Amino acid sequence: MALSFLLPSFFKKPNIRQGLRLKSRCTNFHLLHQRIGNPCRYLIVMSASAATAVKHKILLLDDDPDVLDLYQQMLLQLPSEPEVHISSAGASAMTMLDAEPFSILISDLKMPRMDGLQVLAIVRRKYPQLRTVVLTGVADPQMRARAYAMGIDIYLEKPTSEKEISFFKDCIESLLDSEHSGGFRGVQSKSLVDLIQLECLSGSSCILKITNGKLEGRIWIQNGEVYDSTTQDVQGEDAFRRILSWRAGNFEILPIDLERPRKIMTSYQGLLLDTAQALDEAQAGGGSSEPGDNLSDTQYFRKAGLGRIHGVEFALRVPLDQDREVHKWGIENPEPIVTWLRAVVGRFQALHPGFELGAIDTLETRGIQRIIHVTLHSSDLIVVGMLPNASKDQISESTKKVLERWAS
Amino acid sequence: MGLLSFLKTPKTQGPPPLPSGSYTVDRDGKVVTRTISSAVSGETLEQISAQVLQTFKDAKQAELNMTEFSITMGAMNIKARELRGGAIIFLSPRGAALK
Repeated sequence: MALSFLLPSFFKKPNIRQGLRLKSRCTNFHLLHQRIGNPCRYLIVMSASAATAVKHKILLLDDDPDVLDLYQQMLLQLPSEPEVHISSAGASAMTMLDAEPFSILISDLKMPRMDGLQVLAIVRRKYPQLRTVVLTGVADPQMRARAYAMGIDIYLEKPTSEKEISFFKDCIESLLDSEHSGGFRGVQSKSLVDLIQLECLSGSSCILKITNGKLEGRIWIQNGEVYDSTTQDVQGEDAFRRILSWRAGNFEILPIDLERPRKIMTSYQGLLLDTAQALDEAQAGGGSSEPGDNLSDTQYFRKAGLGRIHGVEFALRVPLDQDREVHKWGIENPEPIVTWLRAVVGRFQALHPGFELGAIDTLETRGIQRIIHVTLHSSDLIVVGMLPNASKDQISESTKKVLERWAS
Repeated sequence: MGLLSFLKTPKTQGPPPLPSGSYTVDRDGKVVTRTISSAVSGETLEQISAQVLQTFKDAKQAELNMTEFSITMGAMNIKARELRGGAIIFLSPRGAALK
């Protein structure tokens, strides 16, 4: 009835054409303006949306009723508008979980009778698809390690500031968003290099929080590129290197903070290679010898700082004289490229199709995987492998930097 | 009459211009289409295309996954793109003397 009064004036508006789509919480209304006889009548078609919004359910477990009220109000404000149920004891929480499916369980740890860890142990076994979050007022690294070892998704301390509240809400919202993407969870030790490569190769955007006893560090990854890092009082690449020097610890994957400005410009491959080389040298007790003093390739190129040049995947120094050694960086087996390159140079230098072609200056190849840029410098071919999306300016700049550092 | 022909200095011919343009070749290196002047013989173009096709073939064997390459030499820039076994080749002179 109400609609029949509203519609005529509504459809007189110039922007309304033939149809209007209204959406309520659970149903889509398709409103078609169709003349049916005179006066004009409106055909209203109501159709249940094929993509009816899924209602997430969160179960909040804490023995403190004030905490339950406070966090329930906080969670009800989330953009995905979840249903928030509360429970003050582990046993009643288990009953609620048995009765209906939940998306997330947010649990305190220190509770009488059945503590949080006991609840989590049961939940992990009975409801493997349920996301679990620990929300505790106790900052205890051992408790954190135990909780993660049990397979929880996030370990959070109860927020005490506006920023922390906002972070807490972002974490929960991010878990709700990823609920339908599925996935497997398990507990296995992985090196930091593996973790970073995994996140970067999958094009993720997240914050990798690494803890090593009392030490804590963070690595920001956006669209598969490392763009900042902090630990203690250090930031940027220095912080990244320091974090990677830690031998063991725990990690958490947190939602990304999009406002953070980029401080690290080097590609993640360059960062990892550079850092790995530095660690190898530190372990081997590598000294500070000068280029030309029988340095290994690793030391030679690390001195040149090639890993810091954005977009450079690998570099080679190929002497035209086949008896001289080829220097390589960032590539395991350069033999195929070197053989091909020498054949191409020889072939085109010997080409005389009725006019003088001259000596070779540069050679550039493009493919799906990479761009290879070759420059003749003295009697050596400087080969630079770059990412396939590098622009002409980037190629030119990176090649110049490689040449400068090499010449130095 | 030819009596004064010894006074006549022969006209010095300047070098003919370097080829400029593009052409496509099939997988055997035979020219299929061309925008390059007909003053440049087909054999000349086929000499270049033979090296280009060999370069692509060697790259494939070396697993370089290359779809195009560009080689800049003193007198000429040669750019080639693989085209279903054959290639399209672009020649751009940079300015040099002919033989």
